[in-house]
Amino acid sequence: MTAPVLNDEIRREIGDFFPRYPTRRAVVLPALHVVREHLGYVPPAAVVELAELLGLAPAEIQDTLSFYGFFRQDEPEGRHRIWICRSLSCAARGAEPLVEHLCHRLGIRPGQTTADGRVTLEVAECLGACDHAPAILVDRKMYKNMTVEKIDEMLEALE
Amino acid sequence: MTDFQPVLTARVDKHDSHRLSVYAADGGYRTLRHALTKMTPAEVLDRVRASGLRGRGGAGFPTGMKWSFLPKDHQGPVYLCVNADESEPGTFCNRVLMEHDPHQVIEGVILSAYATGASTAYIYLRYEYPTSFERLQAALDECYAAGYLGRNILGSPFSLDIHLHRGAAAYICGEEMGLIESLEGRRAWPRIKPPFPATKGLFGQPTVVNNIETVACVVHILDRGVDWFRSMGTPPDPKNPSDPGSFGPKMYGISGHVNRPGCYEAPLGIPCRELIDRFAGGVWHGRRAKAVVPGGLSTGLLSADELDTPMDFSAPMRAGCLGLGTGCMMVLDETYPIVDFLHNSCRFFNHESCGQCTPCREGTRWSLELVERIKAGRGRLADLDILLEMSDFLGIMPGSTICGLADGAAWPMKTAVRKFRGELEEYIKKTNPTGYQETRPVLFLNHA
Ligand SMILES: Cc1cc2nc3c(=O)[nH]c(=O)nc-3n(C[C@H](O)[C@H](O)[C@H](O)COP(=O)(O)O)c2cc1C
Ligand code: SF4
Ligand code: FES
Repeated sequence: MTAPVLNDEIRREIGDFFPRYPTRRAVVLPALHVVREHLGYVPPAAVVELAELLGLAPAEIQDTLSFYGFFRQDEPEGRHRIWICRSLSCAARGAEPLVEHLCHRLGIRPGQTTADGRVTLEVAECLGACDHAPAILVDRKMYKNMTVEKIDEMLEALE
Repeated sequence: MTDFQPVLTARVDKHDSHRLSVYAADGGYRTLRHALTKMTPAEVLDRVRASGLRGRGGAGFPTGMKWSFLPKDHQGPVYLCVNADESEPGTFCNRVLMEHDPHQVIEGVILSAYATGASTAYIYLRYEYPTSFERLQAALDECYAAGYLGRNILGSPFSLDIHLHRGAAAYICGEEMGLIESLEGRRAWPRIKPPFPATKGLFGQPTVVNNIETVACVVHILDRGVDWFRSMGTPPDPKNPSDPGSFGPKMYGISGHVNRPGCYEAPLGIPCRELIDRFAGGVWHGRRAKAVVPGGLSTGLLSADELDTPMDFSAPMRAGCLGLGTGCMMVLDETYPIVDFLHNSCRFFNHESCGQCTPCREGTRWSLELVERIKAGRGRLADLDILLEMSDFLGIMPGSTICGLADGAAWPMKTAVRKFRGELEEYIKKTNPTGYQETRPVLFLNHA
């Protein structure tokens, strides 16, 4: 038998959510986040195991998962996820050339991951940081008032 | 107005403002202690109703009235969902509160739960707010340790748990029924109302959904009183019997082409122009404003000659916009093309439509294709009429969709075409001088 995709640590973290909700179904989204944070994606095998863990059909998990464009299923995200905002306040303050610059520097289009698995680039809708437009969210950190130069600095600093 | 003192944002610039020790030293949780020991839940609810507080999340529904729709003497559980999905483009003031004053938010959640009889509250937080998540989680941990949360809060019979629930980058999760579905672990497809959440909401139980800023206001209403709250704002419009007035302080966000983008607190009803000029330092590069989105992208556009509009719940409607929305403005200067605004807006709503209602799913896509075509220089003058016709048909108000996302998609189109038709016609004539006609998308709603 092959080893399960969801290891003990993942299962424990998901289990911590059980007491917070009256149904197991409500744990689906928190559980998907746990899986993504550990594996970088939610492969189909994880969906099957999640379904077993939560007492649901795999199709029910898949239904919820596929609604959010957020979770990948084919391959893991890069070590870093760069989300660049393209909504109005950022666009009005020059986000579009920044998207192009990022694509050029990374050699990928939005939605893709660099071949070395370092960075996944995504365009985002308003990140709620319009007071610092143009804004870019890199993993857990908001980069504010971005320029081409600041993007270069940010990229240098990413391992 | 000159003696206005900010209360919601009073602490945000303070060092370590997010820590319990600093909040407590500023008098934090004093109001909670008073309410739990000296007031019944019904008294708290009455106070909030008397204040005239209206929801800050976009719809402006009177909060006390919403709470009073809960069934009386229900066996429970009753749920409180606090809406921190904040995904309306241009909107960021909830983030400022959660990052810099999470305890004020939590005190408001506890008071609101006390008034509504909720025993569990979920804060539905958008995933893109990692700092808010960390700060709120740390603040909740401090509260449990200090006895502000959990069983028998401060020795009273009242018990409450608050859980953070993170979204997954979908705007529709901010719509209250979408939020409830998402919390239950399903796709965030808004439900048809009725039943309303007050009778059958989260997990089929009576539920209240309120915005972060709304619950923060509750703290100050109880602390400073109803008269203080009603001393600022716009009284009810005598000509409009359905207008309950707009009272209290409001956090206004200003971004786009201004010198000092930011979150500024002012009494409801402050003129749009004053926010731009006095607070945000005016339009950048010495330019003039061409258009202003008054309260999040969904609300549409004010034109340059409508900037004296008071930023209360009614005046933006009178100026032809959807409403006050979130009170977060986006300023566009005289050089910004309206066609780019249209394109940005249509792209957003096409991306975020949940796809459940055909007019919304197809309408947002057609409008995007149409605007892309105009932008690319293949537009026809008749396309503007098609946009108008489509947007007038789209939304809860005309009755074609389940939720308000579609109304939000419609108002930017309606206002852009109605208020800036000259510029758009000019653009079409200039970029498509031969009048070259393309047949896609084929769209004749009534003329077929
Ligand atoms: C598409 C859509 C998105 C919404 N997003 C939010 C949101 O992010 N935050 C919010 O508080 N309200 C949002 N709302 C409004 C909510 O449905 C609801 O009215 C509000 O949370 C109620 O809280 P309040 O009465 O305190 O304002 C949204 C509505 C729609 C139609
Ligand atoms: S109006 Fe649009 S977003 Fe709202 S339920 Fe219908 S399809 Fe979904
Ligand atoms: S528009 Fe980019 S953060 Fe809001």
